[in-house]
Amino acid sequence: MALKIVKGSIDRMFDKNLQDLVRGIRNHKEDEAKYISTCIDEIKQELKQDNIAVKANAVCKLTYLQMLGYDVSWAAFNIVEVMSSSKFTYKRIGYLAASQCFHESTDVIMLTTNQIRKDLSSPNQYDTGVALTGLSCFVTPDLARDLANDIMTLMSHTKPYIRKKAVLIMYKVFLKYPESLRPAFPRLKEKLEDPDPGVQSAAVNVICELARRNPKNYLSLAPLFFKLMTSSTNNWVLIKIIKLFGALTPLEPRLGKKLIEPLTNLIHSTSAMSLLYECVNTVIAVLISLSSGMPNHSASIQLCVQKLRILIEDSDQNLKYLGLLAMSKILKTHPKSVQSHKDLILQCLDDKDESIRLRALDLLYGMVSKKNLMEIVKKLMLHVDKAEGTTYRDELLTKIIDICSQSNYQYITNFEWYISILVELTRLEGTRHGHLIASQMLDVAIRVRAIRVFAVAQMATLLDNAHLLTGNMQRMGICEVLYAAAWICGEFSEHLENPMQTLEAMLRPKVATLPGHIQAVYVQNAAKLFATVLKNQEGNTDSTAAQETSQLMIDRLPLFVQSANLEVQERASCILQLVKYIQKLQQKDVEVAEEVCALFAGELNPVAPKAQKKVPVPEGLDLDAWINEPPSESESEDEQPKAIFAKEEPKHSRPRHTEVDEKELARRREARKQEQANNPFYIKASPSSQKAYQEAPGVEHIPVVQIDLSVPLKVPGLPMSDQYVKLEEERRQKERADKKKKEKKKRKEKRSGRGRKHDSGPESEEDITPAHMVDIVTEEMPENALPSDDDDKDPNDPHKALDIDLDKPLADSEKLPVRAHRAAEAPKSPAEDGEAENAASQEPKKKSSKEKREKKKDKDRDRKKSKEEKKKKKHKHEEKGEDLLGGQADEPVVQSEETNEVAALPTSTSAEVSDLDFWLSNAPVPSNTQEAATVAEAAPVPEAASGTAPDSEPEEPKDTEMEETKSSKHKKKKQKKEKEEKEKKKKKKHHHHHHHSDGGGEESVQNGTVEEEEPLPPMSNYCLLAENSYIKMMMEDADEVYDIQGNLQDGSQVVVSVIFENKCDSFLKSMEFNVLDSLNSKLQRPEGSGPHDGLTVPFQLPPGVSNEARFVFTVQSIVMPQKLKGTLTFIVKNEDSSTHEKLDFKLHFTCTSYLITTPCYSDAFAKLLESGDLKCSSVRLEGVIMPFHHLLARICFHHHFSVVERIDSCASMYSRSIQGHHVCLLVKTSGQTVSIDAKCDEPTLLGNVLDEIKQTFSQC
Amino acid sequence: MIKAILIFNNHGKPRLIRFYQYFAEDMQQQIIRETFHLVSKRDDNVCNFLEGGSLIGGSDYKLIYRHYATLYFVFCVDSSESELGILDLIQVFVETLDKCFENVCELDLIFHMDKVHYILQEVVMGGMVLETNMNEIVAQVEVQNRMEKSEVSLFLDR
Repeated sequence: MALKIVKGSIDRMFDKNLQDLVRGIRNHKEDEAKYISTCIDEIKQELKQDNIAVKANAVCKLTYLQMLGYDVSWAAFNIVEVMSSSKFTYKRIGYLAASQCFHESTDVIMLTTNQIRKDLSSPNQYDTGVALTGLSCFVTPDLARDLANDIMTLMSHTKPYIRKKAVLIMYKVFLKYPESLRPAFPRLKEKLEDPDPGVQSAAVNVICELARRNPKNYLSLAPLFFKLMTSSTNNWVLIKIIKLFGALTPLEPRLGKKLIEPLTNLIHSTSAMSLLYECVNTVIAVLISLSSGMPNHSASIQLCVQKLRILIEDSDQNLKYLGLLAMSKILKTHPKSVQSHKDLILQCLDDKDESIRLRALDLLYGMVSKKNLMEIVKKLMLHVDKAEGTTYRDELLTKIIDICSQSNYQYITNFEWYISILVELTRLEGTRHGHLIASQMLDVAIRVRAIRVFAVAQMATLLDNAHLLTGNMQRMGICEVLYAAAWICGEFSEHLENPMQTLEAMLRPKVATLPGHIQAVYVQNAAKLFATVLKNQEGNTDSTAAQETSQLMIDRLPLFVQSANLEVQERASCILQLVKYIQKLQQKDVEVAEEVCALFAGELNPVAPKAQKKVPVPEGLDLDAWINEPPSESESEDEQPKAIFAKEEPKHSRPRHTEVDEKELARRREARKQEQANNPFYIKASPSSQKAYQEAPGVEHIPVVQIDLSVPLKVPGLPMSDQYVKLEEERRQKERADKKKKEKKKRKEKRSGRGRKHDSGPESEEDITPAHMVDIVTEEMPENALPSDDDDKDPNDPHKALDIDLDKPLADSEKLPVRAHRAAEAPKSPAEDGEAENAASQEPKKKSSKEKREKKKDKDRDRKKSKEEKKKKKHKHEEKGEDLLGGQADEPVVQSEETNEVAALPTSTSAEVSDLDFWLSNAPVPSNTQEAATVAEAAPVPEAASGTAPDSEPEEPKDTEMEETKSSKHKKKKQKKEKEEKEKKKKKKHHHHHHHSDGGGEESVQNGTVEEEEPLPPMSNYCLLAENSYIKMMMEDADEVYDIQGNLQDGSQVVVSVIFENKCDSFLKSMEFNVLDSLNSKLQRPEGSGPHDGLTVPFQLPPGVSNEARFVFTVQSIVMPQKLKGTLTFIVKNEDSSTHEKLDFKLHFTCTSYLITTPCYSDAFAKLLESGDLKCSSVRLEGVIMPFHHLLARICFHHHFSVVERIDSCASMYSRSIQGHHVCLLVKTSGQTVSIDAKCDEPTLLGNVLDEIKQTFSQC
Repeated sequence: MIKAILIFNNHGKPRLIRFYQYFAEDMQQQIIRETFHLVSKRDDNVCNFLEGGSLIGGSDYKLIYRHYATLYFVFCVDSSESELGILDLIQVFVETLDKCFENVCELDLIFHMDKVHYILQEVVMGGMVLETNMNEIVAQVEVQNRMEKSEVSLFLDR
């Protein structure tokens, strides 16, 4: 009730609110425009008032009018006023109006920067929200630059509502201000793991959008996304990620290999059609990317095709549509598996839904083969007849032409058939695609020599019946065909049966009603025909006939000379005069045919569409230079006194027009001639006449098919193409019979080879030979054309600017602009100074390093800056994380330079790439191992590091040994990777000699982006499991551990990768892997199998081959290490015998293997320690003679810890078990003693982990 | 990316337009007309996807729409969006409208275009999907409406 009163009083206050406006417009249906214009006048009055409420109301009404199509940009300033109201209600109205009508060229946007910044930092989250929403619609490059830093801060806002909006808007900021991408990216990446699903989804959204345009820069995120994919339950997020993988996998086939399994699982398990569909799509993308390298994934293809068939058969039209859409993707690489569903797809052509029909048409395009082309096109022709008068029919027409002409007419075996199809298509009423048919006719006639006789005959008939095509206005589109017909008849007139008749047809008065460009072709080709006719008639020594022909020309051409079209007129009058002259000569009984023919001698070859672009610029030619002096502005003032002009000249420094003497001119002329001779675009004055071309070698060998004269050469009437289908079938049958006969013969004598050659096409269609040799003339390209593939890139794509390497460390210059007063320099803290000095004293000074150190200092300063901000905003860890990344990325560079004197700077991409490689090569759970991988690379450093000799340790040989024993498969991988690396960075030749010591790597370890000089292959966690003379089993020390959320109450799963290597010369098959379950640990077996059944290893091993299989174990308690006994049985198969063999092994699950590398921020770490829930324990290691960072690296790698913080010789480390136990370490070193204080909420686990750590170090 | 969201009725009258890339007003109207022309001639039992509109975004562009009683809800999207996902999103949006307006009908959209915009702003932002959870959307919309109401009463007190 109270509310009503409120509303009422508000209504009274304003003259008219939005509802009144709408009501008014509805009541003035007849004179809406007039009513609205009075309303706009009212609004203008309201906007002049001071009352912000009145203004807001007016702006609200304007927003409505904007929707109706009224330009309201004149009120932009008032909108800004309303935006800056302190009241949320009005602010919202203002921002809505702004988002509807502001754009980059709205000048008042400049005024909004400070207001928006104020709103962004408003204590009211909805003010911030409204500002973000508005900004997302009208952000300009300036706004993006000025506000990027503020928005980035909002990405770590306490409210998820703001966080998700801030994350989303970053995409728009990146687009407008690409420089912000790199500084902001680390935080964006962080948001992928935000606790709030909305924020997470927003981050996924943004990164997917970025990655879609420039996928290669985001490849290194694949492990993270993989983890999200396997852990997320949000279908929106899943769909986005899966779509993203679809974009990434073409770049990295190994990624695809990894994806197949989880994706197929999702396909089987999900009930959401949208997710299923996207999975299928990405599996298809994977299969496409794998199609080259991998043997066969026929099971996956079958699964996809089968699922898609279900979609297509569904009664839901949407699913049907999508099914067809996805099917067309499979088609590209696996046409066979789709072709078996031809029936289904042809059926879809009859669907009432046009979208579906179009999709089906797309599919047909890829499904044709030599065998079925005619049949499919025949079907389509039927549809063309049915689909009278719709745009769908035009679509059909283009599709028919596309299908037939695809890949250089690959599937056409009978060009007579194709020409007659084209001719039939000309019967279409009102099509817009006459030019398309015409260009096909021209193309075929020009490029398929053997068909010219037939084509010319058909075209002559077309010309004869031109009245049918031009009969009514509706057919104007189709008259384009006459253009082609006239040209073909003229150009290849020597093939005409009755050139005289055609000539007459081309000179009919009716022709003058055709469009100008067609008339022009008519006139020109009439002249060509005339030449041919003359030649024939003079051959007959019948001079009167020749003269009559000339007379015909002279009679008819004046009609064209009067044409309003310049082109027609010009050509006609030229030719008319020519013919008159010829007539004169004829009257004097001079033989002229030869000369007239010479006018049109020479062959016109097709030119490739890109040829023009590919013409290389000749050396020394500057296309930007002026050929002649540009018209000077002072030209009109030539009367000016010379002196002044001369004075001014040097100022303008225009190139003076140099006097060219005769000699020079002659030289240039010569050069130009030379150039023209080499240039395909100039018709050469070659002596070859048409005659010469006819006698060109090879032409007479073309088997010209006898045209069956029973086929009427008429355009209207029965579709001829059908008869060609029949003929073609007969021919094929005959050929098949011939072939059989020949094959019989072949047994006696070797076949000498068939006379006919197939142009192309898959082998399976071998039995269908083209009706005649399809000598498809290739298109001409300029000589020494430059090969380039960059033809298709759109230089205006805004996303091009975002093609930025995100893995490179941030440079100083890349900070987001911060407002000036924040940038004030803070004094250096002593600690950091010390650190910097420390670093400096450790390393011998080098010229090159100076700069670096400078940089580092800058960095320190930056760090301080950000620290300040940090205090202000309490977003400690994010700031630090970002900064650390920058700092850490730089430090190792410094080191490597100084210790190794390697000129080449390694970039962190190498580390990233090898991380990815590592992840791709074995670990299924990404983020955990990613870090381990970097450390792994760091670990074997000592032995190689030339500078720090004392580091070399006994443990190192062990590592290499390990690598040596690695399976050949892995070696191969390694080699391959190394090769890739080499290619990527040629500089890094020093690979094997110079490793840099990872001295400053404390932070590197933490963030997993170590600067690594050498892309070492991942140090393997594989250890020998068992071995006999037949087979070697290597187990990965179960570090790939993950927990399955929610499935098991407190059970967890451990994945064990085992490499099987065949060491003998025999074939190993039927391998079965079995483990004796303990109470605590069980091998996961497929449903339905007993507790003692073995698992079949899903592959066989030829001699010398190795492969990897994964086994999943369910573990109840993880506080104790486990040992499981197991047996591998297999069959050794020789050529003559096969024996059963077995191999016993023991699986050892250490407690370490239950730990997951989990990054932890120092404040969270401190909280954890303060909480007091953790039990304490400690251990001392004596005689450890490795540098501290190696020690840390070792713990990180072997025991899955991550460094939280390191101060001098003291470091805190963290890890988490798969069941959520926190494990914290404080590692201190002094001399050769290392003491580790540890805390964990599970003392037994802790004790065991410490024991294992101790053991690791006692081994070295 | 979502390029544009259009709501119009069976006669092509716009009820809400939201472009995520700039077009001048006359161009916007032309797009609405073209879209209406494409969508309105389709039966209700054909699929909800449509290609071939030429105005926005060139070739990488698709119309995904739903038809409810007298209104068409049309989303113009590019290939980074999942077709079925967007269909679901339209459903979420309409259900949210239904919740916020209590049995939404065309009249609600006609007279409260601004409110519909505010709801949409909680679903899609700058062409990207912001929130798909209906309860979350409704909650945020309601909080903001309450803020507005409290401001109005403040205004009266003064």
